[in-house]
Amino acid sequence: MIEFHNVSKRYPGFGDALSQVSFKLTSGELAFLTGHSGAGKSTLLKLIAVLIRPTNGQVLVNNENIGHISRRRIPYVRRNVGIIFQDHKLLFDRTVFDNVALPLVISGLSHREIGRRVRASLDKVGLLSKEKSLPITLSGGQQQRVGIARAVVNKPAILLADEPTGNLDPELSREIMDLFVQFQQVGTSVLIASHDLDLIAQMNSKVLTLHEGKMIAGGMHNEPQGGLR
Amino acid sequence: MISPTVYLARHMQVMLSTLGQMIRSPMSNLMTIAVMGIALALPAGLHIILKNVQQVTAQWDGAAQISLFLKPSVTDKQATQLANVLRQRQDVKSVTTITRIEALEDFRQNSGFGEALEALEDNPFPAVIVIYPTEQSDNLVTVQAMLASFKERSEVELAQLDMQWLKRLYAIMDFGRRGIWVLAAMLSLSVLLVVGNTIRLAIQNRRDEIEIIKLIGGTDAFIRRPFLYTGFWYGLSGGILSWLLVTLSIWLLSGPVSQLATLYDSDYSLSSLDLSSSLILLGLSISLGLAGSWLAVSRHLHAVEPE
Repeated sequence: MIEFHNVSKRYPGFGDALSQVSFKLTSGELAFLTGHSGAGKSTLLKLIAVLIRPTNGQVLVNNENIGHISRRRIPYVRRNVGIIFQDHKLLFDRTVFDNVALPLVISGLSHREIGRRVRASLDKVGLLSKEKSLPITLSGGQQQRVGIARAVVNKPAILLADEPTGNLDPELSREIMDLFVQFQQVGTSVLIASHDLDLIAQMNSKVLTLHEGKMIAGGMHNEPQGGLR
Repeated sequence: MISPTVYLARHMQVMLSTLGQMIRSPMSNLMTIAVMGIALALPAGLHIILKNVQQVTAQWDGAAQISLFLKPSVTDKQATQLANVLRQRQDVKSVTTITRIEALEDFRQNSGFGEALEALEDNPFPAVIVIYPTEQSDNLVTVQAMLASFKERSEVELAQLDMQWLKRLYAIMDFGRRGIWVLAAMLSLSVLLVVGNTIRLAIQNRRDEIEIIKLIGGTDAFIRRPFLYTGFWYGLSGGILSWLLVTLSIWLLSGPVSQLATLYDSDYSLSSLDLSSSLILLGLSISLGLAGSWLAVSRHLHAVEPE
């Protein structure tokens, strides 16, 4: 579902944020992306969400090479990639329901379908009773779960999470991880950027490790340079 | 794919929610609408005034008249004969004769200088024949040709056409019309910029929201839509306000104008914006609102990109 082939990202004047990264994440696979800060975790996630474009190499998402797609096509790629942000990125002037409904409104679903799916999604993260609340009245862990409900409400094939447990205590972190495992079990590819090594050790999942822009563990090695270009 | 009914329902929803947002923060929006309303009311009002002046002068358009002042040697009888001859012409609608005696009497009664006439031995007034052209020949070229032919007659001392002032008035009105167009163009431009600036601020205020929508796959069209509808509502309400301002001003002026008209023995009354002018005003205002927001959105939306 996600494939990187010799992907490099160079920021002019700053050098390579990613260099020759190759890895593969199939459907229903959950993997952690780890590495010290500045190792290129965020850059990798941004490439999948088409927030930036690769300098070299191929990024395949659902078998589509998204490195050179047109600007107009980007929204449709993003609809198939649910993203969970460390800072939640919720709209604070709208209710929990409206926040979760936003991806469905964008996709143009009918009113009834939206209601059904939003409630199913909120039920999944255990916040059905909070649908009319404003995000500001919720705790950090609850806000994170609203973010997760929004990311999965559209049933994306890929789920990306950027430090989803960054500000949470171990118990809450564990709950969130259990949610990700549930999505993985229904066939979603889940990629979680995290430096919480204790948590990762508990999970027994694939681990992709980045160090100074190079993938030093978990990736595919020895690909001929430019072979798939 | 999105079904047409859902698509329409979504437009309706955005249309109404943007209106709701505007109503929830009335003060800043009212300022923008007031600026638009006043800026559009000015050229619209001047246009109405000009139109009224045109209506008044249109009644004078058929009022070309040629006065033939006959030589003092021509007697009243000869004058009447000449009038009868002229009356036969195809291009003449009617002819009035003012005989020398009538002219004298008229002067004596109306001028207040009647006594001065007693000092004179002779009647100093010439006979005058006033010729009204038919409606077909009542245009400047034909009337001037008629004038030339009357001048050649031996009985005529002076032939005079009272149209010069009308020509001047028309020239002034033409100037006024151009002036209104220039003013309307400049004020329309300022309305465009006011709406554009307001929408630009709205985009800045909702930067986070736009970023999030882009992150979860909102298309440019989806993001643009609420801003364009906001521009539409500004245009519509600005147009309605300017219509109200013009109508109110005409209503305030109509009393004094009809008084003035009465003094001129006329039952003239000011006409206000008719249906087609009102629709044009509203249409123009809505287009300016939409164009202004389109400008702002296309200039500033690309600048908001998630990172």
